[in-house]
Amino acid sequence: MSLKEKLVSSFLAFELDADINSPVHDIRSKSIKEFEKIGFPDRKNEFWKYTPIKKVLSEELTVFKKKRHLIDFEKVKDFFVGGIESYKIILIDGTYDPLWSNTTHKGVDICILSSVLENDKYSNVISRYYNKLIDNNESFSLLNSSFSKEGAYIHIPKNLELDKPIEIIHINSGGESSLMLQPRNLIILEEGSKAQIIESHYSLQEKNTNLSNSKNNHIDPLTNTLTEIYVEENANLDYYKIQNDLDSTSIIDNTYIDQKKDSVASCHTFSFGGNIVRNNLNFYQNGKNINSILKGITILGSNQHTDHHTLVHHASPNCESYQEYKGIYNDKSTGVFNGKVVVDKIAQKINAFQQNNNLLMGDHSSVNTKPQLEIFADDVKCSHGCTIGQLDKSALYYLKTRGIPEKEAKGLLTYAFANNVLENVKMQVLKTKIKKIIANKIGVSLGFEL
Amino acid sequence: MLKIENLHVSVEGKEILKGVSLEVKKGEIHAIMGPNGSGKSTLSSVIAGNEDYEVTKGNIYFNNENIEDLSAEERAHKGIFMSFQYPVEIPGITVTNFIKTAINSNLKARGLKEMPANEMLKKIREKADLLEIDSRFLSRSLNEGFSGGEKKRNEIFQMAMLEPTLAILDETDSGLDIDALRIVASGVNKLKNKDNATVVITHYQRLLDHIIPDYVHVLQDGKIARSGDKDLALQLEEKGYDWI
Ligand SMILES: Nc1ncnc2c1ncn2[C@@H]1O[C@H](COP(=O)(O)OP(=O)(O)O)[C@@H](O)[C@H]1O
Ligand SMILES: [Mg+2]
Repeated sequence: MSLKEKLVSSFLAFELDADINSPVHDIRSKSIKEFEKIGFPDRKNEFWKYTPIKKVLSEELTVFKKKRHLIDFEKVKDFFVGGIESYKIILIDGTYDPLWSNTTHKGVDICILSSVLENDKYSNVISRYYNKLIDNNESFSLLNSSFSKEGAYIHIPKNLELDKPIEIIHINSGGESSLMLQPRNLIILEEGSKAQIIESHYSLQEKNTNLSNSKNNHIDPLTNTLTEIYVEENANLDYYKIQNDLDSTSIIDNTYIDQKKDSVASCHTFSFGGNIVRNNLNFYQNGKNINSILKGITILGSNQHTDHHTLVHHASPNCESYQEYKGIYNDKSTGVFNGKVVVDKIAQKINAFQQNNNLLMGDHSSVNTKPQLEIFADDVKCSHGCTIGQLDKSALYYLKTRGIPEKEAKGLLTYAFANNVLENVKMQVLKTKIKKIIANKIGVSLGFEL
Repeated sequence: MLKIENLHVSVEGKEILKGVSLEVKKGEIHAIMGPNGSGKSTLSSVIAGNEDYEVTKGNIYFNNENIEDLSAEERAHKGIFMSFQYPVEIPGITVTNFIKTAINSNLKARGLKEMPANEMLKKIREKADLLEIDSRFLSRSLNEGFSGGEKKRNEIFQMAMLEPTLAILDETDSGLDIDALRIVASGVNKLKNKDNATVVITHYQRLLDHIIPDYVHVLQDGKIARSGDKDLALQLEEKGYDWI
């Protein structure tokens, strides 16, 4: 049985206890039907041309978890940004972990999605926001809509500036192989509100790695996550994704962001590892004077692969979008950047900027980068650029003449190359954490405090 | 300290230096003048260890050691410093972090301990004051968007921090207005002592009113065409290079 067939047939059992009259069940049923029609993408699909997703779609994958795995607080704590107070929603193997989380319903909802999906009190929220933004031609979005039951629900009321950042932390316990997780977030920032959210994915080393033959029947886990975000009039969102995973785990992330007039939304994606990581980041601008900021740093090694597909849909006049992605590819790692910008006919006087710079550090590393502009308005400013190269030789020489050895000089330049993307990160502790990860990934000790 | 013997240098197969000899002793200031394209920057790059330039003949000795096979960083560790005619812009790393890394790399290479943070800070302040550098300037990205004058001042700041035994200043005066020139020159003079040496490269006499050389050499067509004392620079200013 193929994975597709297996998932489709799992659906009945999965929804066994569901209230068949609930709108959520309806969404799930429709989604699985659509998924059954289109199935998984193959390499002939232009959207997936450079990412061999089939490789991680083993028929052994399952949406059913066998048992609950507990994790020491010491280990969990490592995954916090640290140094600040924060709201926390922690999911271990897709299941909410109330012990280490910190949620609230006081004047703002920061909680788990299941409590919303299963509670009549929230039926208005469901009918207005749930599953409204997704692309129904995208297999993994459909799959997530079919099977997702848990994730974060964040609802910031009008004019509230949230006092603390929110951390959504997905942890793979490593206790169970073959798991296909389907986390789902719903985030609403009402008019004039403001929030900072950090979403991160981590895996613990799989257990029993000392058993020499355990690798044979071990299937690496796959996380298929989906996030819908609404940024209403004049609201302000900073979203940070940290993907710093083991070589063995894969992530598919679909994020859909709907912005209304005068709003600002930024999304930073830090991709520091994983087997295959695919990000589909979609921004829809619906109103004037919207600003969308998409930034990313990708640092990979070994055989890792990361694919960034961004979409900014300019559907209104006088808006801006700014994309800046940097990639550093070591060893045999590979990457993709595909930046699509659609400008509707009525979206005059917009300014869309896109830049993708890559450093190929490994002899066998490679990257495919492509701007994809579809512009139907005539009075617009759209610019794009990309570079693929090595470190600047004259800069390297300059550093060396100051006594900095070759290895450190290369590290420093690589660090500087990436560091530039962090200027918009307002949260100092997060900035420092990311800088440390970057320095660590590059593998040099920099001669200064980060 | 520095002894250059019959140096021939080529770049991309083209011979640029055609037999340069020069000796610089500790405590001395030498000026090298010459028209554009005569090979002044080539000479300083070769001393600093730029691998794009190929030494086809001759030798460079630094403190009696042939440095031909030393890398740029090893030469720096031995105390050679070059102020670039065109400093490189490096976005994403601040002047302060850059200089900290440089200082500690040199200490480490010499088998010494890293400089404690407070001592580093004190030294940075002191040298920035010496060159009248604003502290805000130190947290900017290295050379990025700096004016010509700011870049040159930053070069001399690095020199002040690294305290080399041999400093080669390649056209440090170009891009400086008269006030900045005076500040930079007075900085260079204050850093001068009986144990170090300075080679000033310029094609204008005006810097030499502030940094007074013991010797002046004229480089022309890849050779030192004439050497003399500071009066040679004045004569050149008056009569032009054709006079040589
Ligand atoms: N990297 C290089 N590649 C090719 N030609 C070079 C290079 N550097 C210098 N040259 C050539 O060498 C000659 C001397 O240049 P340079 O040393 O910069 O002179 P100066 O500093 O006296 O103006 C010039 O003709 C210049 O074009
Ligand atoms: Mg020159």
